[in-house]
Amino acid sequence: MTVTTASTSGDTLEPRPDLVTLTIDGVETSVPKGTLIIRAAEQLGVAVPRFCDHPLLDPVAACRMCLIEVEGMPKPQPACAVTCSDGMVVKTQMTSAVAGEAQRSVMEFLLINHPLDCPICDKGGECPLQNQAMANGQGDTRFDGPKRTFPKPIGLSAQVLLDRERCVSCARCTRFAEQVAADPLIELLERGSQQQVGIADGVPFNSYFSGNTIQICPVGALTSAMYRFRSRPFDLVSTPTACEHCASGCALRTDSRRNAVMRRMAAVDPAVNEEWNCDKGRFAFRYLESDLRLTTPLIREDGELRPASWDEALVAAAEGFTAAQGTTGTITGGRLMVEDAYAYSVFTRRVLGTNDIDFRPRNSSAEEEQFLAARVAGRGLGPTYADLEKAPAVLLVTFEPEDESPIVLLRLRKAARAGTRVLAVAPAASRGLGKVDGTWIPAAPGSEAAVLKDLAPDVVDLLGQQGAVVLVGERASASPGLLTAVGELCDRTGAALGWVPRRAGDRGSVDAGLLPSLLPGGRPVADAAARVDTAAIWGSVDVPDAEGRDIPAMLKGVEASEVSALLMAGVQLDDLPDGAEAALRAAEFVVVVDTHDHAVVQFADVVFPVAAAPEKTGSFVNWEGRVRPSSRPLRTSLMTDARVLSALGAEMGIKGLESDPVALMAELDEFSGWEGARVSPPAVAGSSPEPGSGLLLGTWRPLLESTDMQSGEPYLAATARSQEVWLSAGEARTLGATEGDMITVTGSSGSVTAPLVLADVADGAVVVTGNAHRALGASGVRVQVAVEGQG
Amino acid sequence: MAIAETTRAQMREVLDRYPRKRSALMPLLHLVQADEGFITPEGVTLVAELVELTEAEVTAVSSFYTMYLKRQSGRVRVGVCINSLCAVLGGDEIWDALVDHCGTGNNQTTDDGAVTLERIECQAACTHAPVMTANWEFLDDMTVEKAKQVVDDARAGLPIKSTRGPVVRSFAEAERTIVGVDDGLVAEGDHRDERMMAGLRLARQNGDAERSADAERRGAQKVKGN
Amino acid sequence: MPLTPVLSAHWDEADSYTLDGYRRHGGYDALALAFAKQPDDVIQLVKDSGLRGRGGAGFPTGMKWGFVPQGDGKPHYLVVNADESEPGACKDVPLMLANPHSLVEGVVIASYAIRANHAFIYIRGEVPHAIRRVATAVREAYAAGLLGQNIQGSGFDLEVTVHAGAGAYICGEETALLDSLEGFRGQPRLKPPFPAVAGLYASPTVVNNVETIASVPSIVTNGAEWYTSYGSEKSPGVKLFAVSGHVERPGIFEAPMGTTMRELLEWAGGMRKGHRLKFWVPGGSSVPLLTEEHLDVPYTYEDIAAAGSMLGTGTPMVFDETTSVTRVVTRWLEFYKHESCGKCTPCREGTYWLVDLLRRLEGGVGSDDDITRINEVSAQIAGRSFCALGDAAATPFPGAMKYFADEIALGTHTPASDLYDPVAATVLAGVNA
Repeated sequence: MTVTTASTSGDTLEPRPDLVTLTIDGVETSVPKGTLIIRAAEQLGVAVPRFCDHPLLDPVAACRMCLIEVEGMPKPQPACAVTCSDGMVVKTQMTSAVAGEAQRSVMEFLLINHPLDCPICDKGGECPLQNQAMANGQGDTRFDGPKRTFPKPIGLSAQVLLDRERCVSCARCTRFAEQVAADPLIELLERGSQQQVGIADGVPFNSYFSGNTIQICPVGALTSAMYRFRSRPFDLVSTPTACEHCASGCALRTDSRRNAVMRRMAAVDPAVNEEWNCDKGRFAFRYLESDLRLTTPLIREDGELRPASWDEALVAAAEGFTAAQGTTGTITGGRLMVEDAYAYSVFTRRVLGTNDIDFRPRNSSAEEEQFLAARVAGRGLGPTYADLEKAPAVLLVTFEPEDESPIVLLRLRKAARAGTRVLAVAPAASRGLGKVDGTWIPAAPGSEAAVLKDLAPDVVDLLGQQGAVVLVGERASASPGLLTAVGELCDRTGAALGWVPRRAGDRGSVDAGLLPSLLPGGRPVADAAARVDTAAIWGSVDVPDAEGRDIPAMLKGVEASEVSALLMAGVQLDDLPDGAEAALRAAEFVVVVDTHDHAVVQFADVVFPVAAAPEKTGSFVNWEGRVRPSSRPLRTSLMTDARVLSALGAEMGIKGLESDPVALMAELDEFSGWEGARVSPPAVAGSSPEPGSGLLLGTWRPLLESTDMQSGEPYLAATARSQEVWLSAGEARTLGATEGDMITVTGSSGSVTAPLVLADVADGAVVVTGNAHRALGASGVRVQVAVEGQG
Repeated sequence: MAIAETTRAQMREVLDRYPRKRSALMPLLHLVQADEGFITPEGVTLVAELVELTEAEVTAVSSFYTMYLKRQSGRVRVGVCINSLCAVLGGDEIWDALVDHCGTGNNQTTDDGAVTLERIECQAACTHAPVMTANWEFLDDMTVEKAKQVVDDARAGLPIKSTRGPVVRSFAEAERTIVGVDDGLVAEGDHRDERMMAGLRLARQNGDAERSADAERRGAQKVKGN
Repeated sequence: MPLTPVLSAHWDEADSYTLDGYRRHGGYDALALAFAKQPDDVIQLVKDSGLRGRGGAGFPTGMKWGFVPQGDGKPHYLVVNADESEPGACKDVPLMLANPHSLVEGVVIASYAIRANHAFIYIRGEVPHAIRRVATAVREAYAAGLLGQNIQGSGFDLEVTVHAGAGAYICGEETALLDSLEGFRGQPRLKPPFPAVAGLYASPTVVNNVETIASVPSIVTNGAEWYTSYGSEKSPGVKLFAVSGHVERPGIFEAPMGTTMRELLEWAGGMRKGHRLKFWVPGGSSVPLLTEEHLDVPYTYEDIAAAGSMLGTGTPMVFDETTSVTRVVTRWLEFYKHESCGKCTPCREGTYWLVDLLRRLEGGVGSDDDITRINEVSAQIAGRSFCALGDAAATPFPGAMKYFADEIALGTHTPASDLYDPVAATVLAGVNA
């Protein structure tokens, strides 16, 4: 490099006040103030061995493996806990006999009580202890006494097992549980040489994030019930994938052997999931091998579904749709990768000739559609995880990150520990809110819009600060006027607005235009220029100009014989609104494109099996609007949704529909940067909940529940939280109930009975945790509450 | 077993002493033992609620400290210091004799539920070695015979007089004293034994005490004169 | 050297532990003198007195107080380390039994100086009678207006909380004590930050030993010059020496720093009849042992260090020729293994290993390799552990090897109990015979 004159290029070598300059192994380096020696050494390519150190956990300096020499200090220092200072002279094991000897000593100590069971240990082959012992340790042991043993293993939970004799007390797992996950359910117990990780009597480590402890364990002490003894790391093929379970967008590493997934781990992605993921993303993949997988096309014959050839099924589907020309509606679910979502958008408009398409088989509203079209669709990236971390304040609105987007919770926790104020407009002060030290703003379901309009001045001031963020969840659609109010609040305060849906495919579906009023890239159907633009990309075809029907309208349309056929992709009956079953029964023709057999399949006339996410290449778009590419770890003969649609299109006379994921993505990219008209933001007046008897229901979908995509994994299922009914002390008194009593909550289509937990709950509301929406309905409905029995 | 209301009231009083709730954790665990005899799961749950921690966090603490017990002990916990000095001066012999006498081992209880023997570490009473304790009250300058007598008295339900301390009370009462509940026994147990007084008596005999007091006064005058 | 009873001056009065008993001899008079000064002047006075921490490390007390940042807007705390648990240490508990008000008065003065409005006295849990006496003294002081709001019209407020531990030697380490007081496992904290900057509840905190704090009122009353008239320049003042072991009259002797072990031994009536000194440990099991040749070393931090040991708690344990040094050291290592908190590898695993090796030597089944290894393992712990407990555990064996290598080597073939009849070492002989 030639240094010429001082320029403005940023290449100048003037000392920066935020840097300190030190020498490590004779090499001078400058690092930001506060940098730990171990990190500075890494930047120079010097790996100081370590066990307790983890860049995302607070330093503890417990294992003493990283002892190095610092000139002027009488004793070797832990590189993981000492920050660099100006003029410091550091010598690692590369240049210091003192450091090398200290590290060899510590390694020897770590091994005296460590079992020699590497050949049968899950960690063998990828074990930091094994690797460092091989690299730096002695070949032989000088310890010839009896090793410390423990009965093995113990279950910290149904999912996480602990072999205590392998543990080196690095406390990574316990620090993770406390600092990152805010679930201090595992702790170091006992002391001295008996110190061990453990749980309290009868209180298992049922954290949504428990699997991360297995991954960061630097030895084989923590293993998962499902992977234990199942394979060796060197037999596995690793593939970078994106998690298909929610809109957090975790980067994963999927390890497979002989075309079967053996395990999944969090991949490192500092911008998104850092080094973490949730247990659902980690463990819920056995659904791929489920007996309920659809493997061949099916067609209905004499009232029964029977296996059929692809040709047969394609012909049958084409005939059905052709007969229903113009009166077919498309309903998609949350499993779609964005390439497939886009293919549905194209197929519905070009082949079915309609805008009757909707990706929201859940509670939804026209206000929400308008909100998504105006404020989310095609808006690109942001706010981001990094924005959350930097934000002075984050307001959560009808959004329970722990259940609905768990990595958002982790980032909020990290932010909160560094000073970010988190506030939540919610029916109750949840435990998740406690984990981010959050402030609860009570709002009975249905009254959130009014609460937002009437926020305390100090809250408004917080949101007015540079970098403030408002995150709203998908349940907002159930509260009339709320999404209007959220948008207006952000307009008023300047806070960035993030919409955090629950499912992995949702944001991509918005961008792909899977809404009746919306074409890809945020283009309004109603806008002629948008249609022309769309038609140009699609090759001068007609784009239907009439705004279509959303899901409730489609279902009603079936009843009114205005919609005669339905194309269902990735939609569960449980997800659909009341009356869906009748509509499916009444529809003349139903085609299901899906991975698993389930209730909706039973109404199908033609069924196409398709590949699941880990069986294809594609992408999800996470809540940030960030594309999350995913490679294919598994081979399959099953086609992608896009290929099925392409074949069906050809059968119906429209040839050449794109099905290659790369080409689909490229085509969708052409829709970005729309500068034309937008759907205007909703302007729905908020209303207070109708007076009535009973309490207003607050509920949200739990992270772990029994769905197809969580099937086949009993250990994971066993860590799910049990259902609870939350009431305020006042409501409980009115009811004559005390904590632990069994409470029955009755809604329009069923009831739920669960133990009472006294909590901070908004006046007039009851919260039912766990999966309650099917029995009781969406948030905001009125339910009756009664004491079933004394706890 | 449920924690008694009186104990709960003491727990609330203890919570008030600290700027942060968690600081009350250790005294609360002592109170759990006062009521339950050891650290029960119910006690852990109650304390966890009071200080707003998980049961695991409470267990992490309770299992760290040796005074928190994992099982019910006898009416009198008899400790024998087996650290080097006491052991050499007779602690080991006393321990062996008591094990023999009681037919129990470390942290085990006699069949009649009267006595739990415990090997204990240095009690800060080395001048009085060999040292024992009964429900943590000092039993100084012990011998094998005195030790056996303590055990026999405990098993017979007879009072045991501690040396520098009151008549030994129940484990539960001791736990309440430890958290600072006033038991009215402060005047019991004359501290003026031979060991405590060794230096002072000598100083009085040879006049050092007077000289020292005189030096203090002179020093004080100097300060006042400044 | 003369004996100089100051803290122990009135222990022979039956009510020395009461407020009345304490006040009879000028107790709490120092308070008014202190309140008449600016807090910084009180710190300066203690600096001038040269008072050093009596818990073992000997850090200058006034300097410690001076580290507390003032005007920082944070609450400050004084924490008294009354967790006396070091094997051989038995001075703080007797002081709390006989003269708890000197501690309470010292607490008020020290808190005033560092501008703390809440002080804690962390007493080990296993000494209920000491807790009783301190807790009662605190109650009496509150009732007499010596604690609480606006003490003696000074405008100074102070709350004092007596806190009981629950059995963990490590809590004598000041940061472990703070974690314990905050309701955590008593494991030491990373330093920096030091307690003076971020101690209890992350606020500026001074942690002082009982004897240190109890010494403050007499310094305030009599002046720094009075205090420095005793002892050496680097180790001024008087202190409580507690002599235990194979001596005729074990007990507590308050004397100037610089007193020799020979003098202490003399006061204690010499070695028990018919026996001679084998080794003595100046201040707790965590300091290297010394022998007869060191009897004339003055009890100052500097002189004892020069002799190859440390003053520590200043509570000598004395052993005669009937004692097996291997047995004594093994038992101490068992203690350190039992008390190792488990946090760091060298201490947790090293003490485990050392105990295994030492038991072989004590049992007469050790080897020369074992002896080498004990030395090596000790060296592997020293300076690499998280806190001083590891260093302490690495101390006894090398210390013993220095003077008793030949005896220790006998452990390769003969059990310690054959070499040294344990019964002969007891002080029970005659009583139980």
